[in-house]
Amino acid sequence: MRITCPHCGERDHREFYYKGHALALERPAADAGEAAWDDYVYLRENPAGVTRDLWYHEGGCGAWVVVTRSTLTHEVLSTEPASEARA
Amino acid sequence: MRIEGKGLIARDHRVSFTFDGVRYSGFEGDTLASALLANDVRLVARSFKYHRPRGILTAGSEEPNALVTIGSGGRQDPNVRATVQELYDGLEARSQNRWPSLEFDLLSVNNLAAPFFGAGFYYKTFMWPRAFWEKLYEPMIRKAAGLGALSGQDNADCYERAFAFCDLLVIGAGPAGLMAALVAGRAGADVILADEDARMGGRLLAETYEVDGKPGHVWVEEVLAELRAMDNVRLMTRTTVAGAYDHGTFAALERVSHHRADRGAGAPLECYWRIVARRSVLAAGALERPVAFRDNDRPGIMTAGAVRAYLNRWGVAPGKAVTVFGNNDDAHRTVRDLMAAGVHVAALIDSRHDAPEVDGVQMIRGGQVCGSMGGRGLEAITVRRTSGEERIQTDCLAMSGGWNPSVHLTCHMNGRPEWRRDIASFVPVPGAVPGLRAAGACNGAFSTAACLREGAAMAAAALEDLGIKVPQVATPDAEDTPYALEPLWAVPGKGRAWLDFQNDVTVKDVKQAAVENFRSVEHMKRYTTQGMATDQGKNSNVAALAVLADATGRGIPETGTTTFRPPYSPIAIAALGAGAEGKGFQPQRFTTSHAATVARGAPMIEAGLWYRPSYFPKPGETDWRQSCDREVGYVRNAVGVADVSTLGKIDIQGADAAKLLDFVYTNMFSTLKVGRVRYGLMLREDGHVMDDGTTARLGEDHFVMTTTTAAAGEVMKHLEFVAQGLHPEWDVSLTSVTEQWAQFAVAGPKAREVLNGVLDTPLDPTEWPFMSCGAVSVLGVVARLFRISFSGEQGYEVAVPARYGASLFDILVKRAEALGGGPYGMEALNVLRIEKGFITHSEIHGRTTAYDIGMGGMVSAKKDCIGKTMSQRPGLEEPGRECLVGLKPVGQDGRLLAGAHIYREEAEPKRTNDQGYITSVCHSPTLGHMIGLAFLADGPARYGEIVKMVDGLRGVTTLCEVVNPIFFDADGGRMRG
Amino acid sequence: MDNLVAKSPCAGLLPLTVGRSTATEVDAGKMTMVSPRKGHAEALGKAMQSAHGLGFPAPNSAGTAGEVRAIWFGHSSALLIGTEPADGVREAAALVDQSDAWAVVRLEGAGAEDVLARLVPIDLRLVSFPVGATVRSKIGHMSGSVTRVGEDAFWLMVFRSMAETLVHDLKSAMEAVAARG
Repeated sequence: MRITCPHCGERDHREFYYKGHALALERPAADAGEAAWDDYVYLRENPAGVTRDLWYHEGGCGAWVVVTRSTLTHEVLSTEPASEARA
Repeated sequence: MRIEGKGLIARDHRVSFTFDGVRYSGFEGDTLASALLANDVRLVARSFKYHRPRGILTAGSEEPNALVTIGSGGRQDPNVRATVQELYDGLEARSQNRWPSLEFDLLSVNNLAAPFFGAGFYYKTFMWPRAFWEKLYEPMIRKAAGLGALSGQDNADCYERAFAFCDLLVIGAGPAGLMAALVAGRAGADVILADEDARMGGRLLAETYEVDGKPGHVWVEEVLAELRAMDNVRLMTRTTVAGAYDHGTFAALERVSHHRADRGAGAPLECYWRIVARRSVLAAGALERPVAFRDNDRPGIMTAGAVRAYLNRWGVAPGKAVTVFGNNDDAHRTVRDLMAAGVHVAALIDSRHDAPEVDGVQMIRGGQVCGSMGGRGLEAITVRRTSGEERIQTDCLAMSGGWNPSVHLTCHMNGRPEWRRDIASFVPVPGAVPGLRAAGACNGAFSTAACLREGAAMAAAALEDLGIKVPQVATPDAEDTPYALEPLWAVPGKGRAWLDFQNDVTVKDVKQAAVENFRSVEHMKRYTTQGMATDQGKNSNVAALAVLADATGRGIPETGTTTFRPPYSPIAIAALGAGAEGKGFQPQRFTTSHAATVARGAPMIEAGLWYRPSYFPKPGETDWRQSCDREVGYVRNAVGVADVSTLGKIDIQGADAAKLLDFVYTNMFSTLKVGRVRYGLMLREDGHVMDDGTTARLGEDHFVMTTTTAAAGEVMKHLEFVAQGLHPEWDVSLTSVTEQWAQFAVAGPKAREVLNGVLDTPLDPTEWPFMSCGAVSVLGVVARLFRISFSGEQGYEVAVPARYGASLFDILVKRAEALGGGPYGMEALNVLRIEKGFITHSEIHGRTTAYDIGMGGMVSAKKDCIGKTMSQRPGLEEPGRECLVGLKPVGQDGRLLAGAHIYREEAEPKRTNDQGYITSVCHSPTLGHMIGLAFLADGPARYGEIVKMVDGLRGVTTLCEVVNPIFFDADGGRMRG
Repeated sequence: MDNLVAKSPCAGLLPLTVGRSTATEVDAGKMTMVSPRKGHAEALGKAMQSAHGLGFPAPNSAGTAGEVRAIWFGHSSALLIGTEPADGVREAAALVDQSDAWAVVRLEGAGAEDVLARLVPIDLRLVSFPVGATVRSKIGHMSGSVTRVGEDAFWLMVFRSMAETLVHDLKSAMEAVAARG
């Protein structure tokens, strides 16, 4: 699997650490309530199709990267730095 | 038998080899298989299950029968296909899976017992009694049914791994692959041409066709010469592209030294390549399929294409009177080539009634071979025709059931090949592997001209994808004969007709599977074990599937096919793990004091990737406890020195640095004064403790955080996640400085005295209270000093640039020793912290909360922080949770064991009575008995209670008193003094 | 009188020549991690240019000006080598001394590319990785930095504590390449 780091270019997946869905960027307010926090910490979709997830370029530049990819075709559709992903 | 004037072998380079101890000779350019056939050795192996005599079936890597062991000792290499092993002078090969010898194999009694060993045999027989499986049945089966064996010694060979990149990867160097490489090479593309054979050319080396008006192999040499001269083309021979993976990644195995008598110092035996290609052309050719008939596995029965290959490439006739049996025109070529070489052809049997005429040979149209005779090699066959059965004396039968395109790689990413009725074969579906195009025989195009055309066309299409201009390359003239066949999978009749030679699966087995309702092809495969051995069904899949289709009354397309997974052909585990054995397994991290520590005889223990001293033994000490107790005494009574450089150190700078710390720690850091240090607790977002450590404020916008050794990487990742992902608006920079500083703990009542010996300005105790920090000068070098303690004694950590670490360690140790102290290791460090009730990852093991470790009060109410909301869930704070306590045995000699569970004194030790567990224990030399840290239900409310520790595994029960986890100097006076 | 003696990361391990490649330790002098403060990237580039003669390097590139180098080193950082950062740089960036944090090895010779093809999962051939190109990637199992400093010369950097593993991995790869001739 090859992932295009927004800084370094296309790299082998062995350079990356996988975290999980990019939902982790949407941290609820402290008082958002139990359901919102339950969603944020524990609940994840398991889509057959396009998903967005977070990879850390640990063996590279140290950037957190949001990868949009298809779980069906393994195609990587786009990547962007996590620091710009929420804008 | 060698045929004069035929073959591409080097007749002037004779080489000598042995097989089962018998010396033979062959030529450079031979494979072990061709040399054995040239020496009329037909029996080369015993079959997997029934130990039936077997000979060479094919001339390529798909060979199911001729598996041999090469070499001995640490270089013993089992299951080598004789058809792939190149001959070299001194080669030693042995047959396998026979006892006591290949000619006389006692285990062939299995063959007589065959009626009991049919499909599903294991499932039916070895069900009962269950306990017998591991102890009796499995070892017995392994002994009787098997392949070659490893030597049991360490592998003496070395392996390597490597990475390669290209625009176009061409897999296979037959006519299609060569044409593809030529077109792409001339276009200036960055090309890799890989072929599993030692010599490129594919079938052109095995046939007598002309290409461009010259012998095929001459054309091959001309193309290769041109390709070799190109800087942009890399030719990789002996390299099997074994797997296709996502995004243009391929795995390939290069056999670097298998063909060399002298493997050379440092030379790898094999290299495991990872090739990343923007586009690829699969030109893997096709594999000929046998026909199933009674006793079609007798040595001397081979595929027709293999017979041509041995004749044309290696100048070997595999028999003196050859018969050819086929269902297609291609088989006729074998007859013509043999006759042209002067080899007697006893008969041509074509199952088709309308087969075209071949001159000069006895031809039996509409005939089928229905049996074979002979001892350990073929002597005669029986042919059935409408008029009756006929016996023909022959010592070699060349059979052809047609050709199967080598679609394997196109299946590696879930692609399912499609059935093509006209060639009665599966062909790849375009796009099955993104960026890969199939060309030539592997795409169902069987004539030489079609291969050349497709190779050029697929390369051109790939170049267009990449925006590379495609040059005009003329396709050379070549034969363009249509491929005509009439399917014939199995000749009806009694007896055993073999489909899978390697796993001993017969037509009857497949039919039986269908009868027992294993009708899905995947079930049939697993029930019969067809296609499961080292050839992975290359020779048998399609025929087995056709027999299943017939038995279930369905068509082949409806029956479907099993697909192929990587690797295309077997890869040694050693090659997959190349570079990762021994010291290559993972990096070793050494502190600057490593050499001095080892020189003192300290046993080293691994802490993550780091190596740290367990203890520093002294002459006369016979037991680690003596050393450890002595080292604890240094710190409690004099002074100890320990290298703490392995703890993670993260430099945090920026206007929002304090904000970041407030957010990742449960407690406040924005209120920390410059020049002060604070202990911090870090939670995961789910409310459990992630890590702890101290953070020092070096300047208004400048902190240095300490993490535990184990969690350094995890914490850095976490901080980067917060800074980049959650708060990209903050001005904060994170840099690991773990490696920049060598840091030493100097602890004990005489710590200050030792430090004053190296500090350029002596410490003023009023300026250096507990939890202070700042810059100092150590023997003229700018350094950092932190007054912190993990031992409970007056403690400092001094950090110097790492280049001075080794030197400073020596000086500190020397000065400590002069004061009755010395270096201490991890054992003593652990005892010191347990005596003080300080936690490590033994306690913050991922399932404990701040509340559990008695630090609930550290979760600040004034701010949000990672993990705060979830830590306040009722279940994580409620009474009854197992919380940190100290335990000491009732009586001085009681044993405590980490991992043991705790029960009420009178309770039966069973799960429902479980009250908690012990995480850390040690013998406290300070207190004179064992102590432990434990998590106990409602623990802090139970000080003074007697509980029972039970270690079921080691059979130890100890009564303990629940106490405060701070065993020593509870008010911290020594630490602050 | 006690005296602190400096020891380099690869002391006693290098130099090493096998076949057509040679590895030597580099004393790079002062190394400072430079990370622009929020909103100061442009100012930092200008400050570096005027004080040190080279700008803040673009991703995957390394600049040189006389004895001074700036190697791109991460998503928002570069390593300034061979000089004390000037005051202007100090104002626009977070600076962290890294002079002792990295083992720096120069690998050179006709076999260098082949050696690195065994250790680094990146295309480092001259055509795709020219002089002045740099990457943060893996060297064997280590996170590291690879910079091409000459037609057949590279700088390899790994954590100081891993110097021995770097030399071990390099030696194995150099021997394997040499054995192929």
